[in-house]
Amino acid sequence: MIDVQLLATDLSSAACEAFVRSDAAGGVVVFVGNVRNQTQQKKVLRLHFEAYRPMAISEMQKIAYRAVADFGALKVAIHHREGTLQVGQTAVVIAVAAPHRKAAFDACAFAIDTLKETVPIWKKEYFEDGQVWVAAHP
Amino acid sequence: MRIKVIAFGISRDILGDFNNQIDLNEPATVADLKQLLLQRFPDFCKLTSLRFALNGEYADDADALAERDEIVLIPPVSGG
Repeated sequence: MIDVQLLATDLSSAACEAFVRSDAAGGVVVFVGNVRNQTQQKKVLRLHFEAYRPMAISEMQKIAYRAVADFGALKVAIHHREGTLQVGQTAVVIAVAAPHRKAAFDACAFAIDTLKETVPIWKKEYFEDGQVWVAAHP
Repeated sequence: MRIKVIAFGISRDILGDFNNQIDLNEPATVADLKQLLLQRFPDFCKLTSLRFALNGEYADDADALAERDEIVLIPPVSGG
């Protein structure tokens, strides 16, 4: 029902979509989060993801199961990267399948919003003149 | 009681070359640990938030600590 992975290799939105597809699923929503080339007008060179692995995976599993239990999703795939990423590379893929589109959209939005709040993964952005842990300070 | 904390992200930078071993009077809670860390490393006060995980789950301030717990500092997360 769910497929949660924390990977050091390139993510595949096609693999996530293939996992969630079924004949009962009339709607499939796939969110792909990529590395942006700038943050607040500063050019981003690359970024690095570090994770508290066992808990990152268990928290992503909780999110996926809630997408099923609370939003009516049939299947959910969440794949997140760790390690160093270049601009344009994919940091996260969330695919949700549900009988109808509204549940799929809502469950997918819930999943990415909650992931950003609860999953112990930390992003460091590298600029031409330094580096910063994202969101650490107000 | 002596506990060992595990730090990720900016919390590891703040602890620096500290050996992550902390002595606490028993019984100790997450709140006691947090207070001690904020006193000893004031840079933690500048963070947007500082949470703790006990054995792989988010902890509450009132949760009791034991020597064998896996205690992890969770500064603001930024996945996705």
